[in-house]
Amino acid sequence: MNAIIRSTARCLRAGAAAVYLPVRAGARVWSASPPRRLLCAAADLQKDLGAMVKKDKVVVFMKGTPAQPMCGFSNAVVQILRMHGVDQYAAYNVLDDGELREGVKVFSNWPTIPQVYFSGEFVGGCDILLQMHQNGDLVEELKKLGIHSALLNAEKESK
Amino acid sequence: MAETADHIRDKLIEELAAVHVDVEDTSPNRCAASFKVLVVSSQFEGKPLLQRHRMVNTCLAEELKEIHALEQKTLTPEQWEKQKSQ
Repeated sequence: MNAIIRSTARCLRAGAAAVYLPVRAGARVWSASPPRRLLCAAADLQKDLGAMVKKDKVVVFMKGTPAQPMCGFSNAVVQILRMHGVDQYAAYNVLDDGELREGVKVFSNWPTIPQVYFSGEFVGGCDILLQMHQNGDLVEELKKLGIHSALLNAEKESK
Repeated sequence: MAETADHIRDKLIEELAAVHVDVEDTSPNRCAASFKVLVVSSQFEGKPLLQRHRMVNTCLAEELKEIHALEQKTLTPEQWEKQKSQ
C-alpha cells in the first residue's frame, strides 16, 4: 500500500516537472533540450539516464555544482577536470533529486557519487579519475573525445 | 550497524584472496561512515582499474549500504612491491 502511494506521488511529481537540467560548468551553454520524464516508472529514469550520459561528451553526477561542490570527492572531480581545461561538461546535482541520486547508482552499478561519464561510457568515481590523472590516461581519454588537455600546453611551456 | 575496519579487512582477504589490506576509517569522528582501503590481490592482474574497483564494490556490497564513502586503491602484488620500493 505504501509503495502504491509512493509511486503515485512520484508520478505526480514526474508529471509536474521532472526535467533534469544540467548545470554548465563553463560559460557557454548548449541549447539541446533536456530529456523529459513523462511517465512514472523507474525504468523511465533509467532510459533518461541513458540519454543524459550520451547527450554530452563529459557528464558528471555530483553532490552540489561545479561552482559549489558539496562533497570533497565531487570537488576533487571538478578540480581534476579544471586542471585539464575541461570546463564544458554537464553536471547533474544529485542532491536536488533523491530519485536521480539512487537511480544513477543503479544505472552504472556503482555505489557512490560522484560518477563520471565520457561519451556515454561510465569512467568511474573520484579515485579512478584521480589515478587516470596521475598515470596520464586521462589526457589520452580526453584526446579520444576530441578534447585537448590544458596540461599538455603547460608541459610544452615548461620545456 | 556500523561496519568495522576489521570486518572489511577480513572480507576482502577472504573473498578477493588479498595478500595485503589496509583499511582506514576516514570519517571525521571515526564513526565508520567512510573508509579508505588498499587492496593487494593477484586477482587484479590484467584487469583495468574500473573492473578492480567493481570487484571491491561487489565484495563489500552489503557494507556499502551503510558506508557513505569508500576510497580505493587496488594493486597487484607486483605493483605493490614496486610502490613499496619507491
